[in-house]
Amino acid sequence: MLREQVPLLVLAMFFALAAGLVGGIALMKRMLLAGDVISHLALPGLGLAFLYKVNPVIGGAATLFLGTFLVWQLEKKSGLAIEAAIGVIFAAALAIGAAVIPNEDLAESLFGELPRISPVGFFLGMAAVLFVILSVFLLKDQLSLSIFSPDLAAATGVNVSRLDLYFLLLFSLTVLVGLRFMGALLASALIIVPAATSRQLTNKLSHFFLLSASASLFSVTTGFLLNVLVLKFTTAGPTIAILSAALFCLSLLVRTR
Amino acid sequence: MTEPLLSVKKLSVILEGRTIIRDLSFEVRRADCVAIIGPNGAGKTVLLKALLGIVPHQGEIRWSHEARLGYVPQKIAADRHLPLSARDLLAAKARFLKLPGAEIEQVSTELGLTNDLLSTSIGTLSGGQFQKVLIAFALLGRPNVLLFDEPTASLDELTEERIYELLQSLQKKRGLTVLLVSHDLSVVYRSANMVLCLSKGKPCMGPPKEILTPAMLQELYAGPSQYYQHIHKHEQLSHDSRERE
Repeated sequence: MLREQVPLLVLAMFFALAAGLVGGIALMKRMLLAGDVISHLALPGLGLAFLYKVNPVIGGAATLFLGTFLVWQLEKKSGLAIEAAIGVIFAAALAIGAAVIPNEDLAESLFGELPRISPVGFFLGMAAVLFVILSVFLLKDQLSLSIFSPDLAAATGVNVSRLDLYFLLLFSLTVLVGLRFMGALLASALIIVPAATSRQLTNKLSHFFLLSASASLFSVTTGFLLNVLVLKFTTAGPTIAILSAALFCLSLLVRTR
Repeated sequence: MTEPLLSVKKLSVILEGRTIIRDLSFEVRRADCVAIIGPNGAGKTVLLKALLGIVPHQGEIRWSHEARLGYVPQKIAADRHLPLSARDLLAAKARFLKLPGAEIEQVSTELGLTNDLLSTSIGTLSGGQFQKVLIAFALLGRPNVLLFDEPTASLDELTEERIYELLQSLQKKRGLTVLLVSHDLSVVYRSANMVLCLSKGKPCMGPPKEILTPAMLQELYAGPSQYYQHIHKHEQLSHDSRERE
């Protein structure tokens, strides 16, 4: 059983690193909850994919990226705050998703499953998470400047609007990789909770990202193994999310700030 | 005649359908200290942003090729929960612009930013410390033009005085050209050799003694002038102190 799951575990571990880093930026941008909602943008696509027997990842990706682009445009054009823009698109996405997802596939869409991953799926997933990790590493300084003050960042030469879109896409890409084994409801748990845990423990930027990625990696690896070896649920998502929340509770006890 | 450092011709800025600046033209020479004054909503901050190229505009803004800009924005409401120290912020700019790391130490020493202060979370700095960090941020990259947008708004008088002393000494030491937005006309009178007046009527520019007249201030602020009284008091104080010397 474990042997069959090794590729998925490796992918999940790299996903965890990407989620920890993206979550760190999202926490600094104060868009953690907004980010949580982004993952639901995949629902209409998942529903349509189930309906027309297409690969759910393709369907999820299509509406996730379309929704992300709409959020960016709505924020830019209407002057709405990002959480308001996401809220509007989310309401529509959830309604369409609920209407088109067949009942028997609803739980899988929301909470994920433990699929056998094809070699192509594995390499595409790995390419996506490595791209996210590398991008966050390269854009860390520009993101820090624009989070501190968009005007100051723009005066320094940062293209703030393009950077916002780029980050939203990185966020969506991370969610997309986590979608299959965490589900639309829990994929963002790994983006939100480790970053919040890390924030309890440090004020220093580099330590913050390191701790966020570590907390995420620990939750995924332990949760995944616990599920495969002991609990044997159909999905590891809930175990991973509970472990992540437990780490957050621990961080409250040892908080340094 | 040498080419001006900055030449602005027929500048207009329209934001969300509202005309903020209309047909503004002026020039700035090297090592000038130009104070930009005007009532609230006259477009002072927007003008600085247009000069920095971060808001859309019509007309011509021509900086001389040697101009390197530094910008100190109005007080930023820094998020107290941001895991970002002053050093992180300076280092982010230095890495983004590929500046040598030694420049951070050099600027910090010049502004008296201690290691303790640099390691402090940016959202928990005092108003004066925070402004110093913003000035240090602006000085990274060795700018020869500084754009200050009300650098002492919401600071107490003593800190305000110190920040302006710092600005003046930096301007002298580095031969900087300064564009300064300020509401405090006594500061304008003391620091600037040129004043650019933005008003709903016709904008004007000239030396402080020509621009800051009671009639002009009356027209500019549409009310008499506590500003004028303030300046007058300041002039009186300067006069008294010269007498004592």
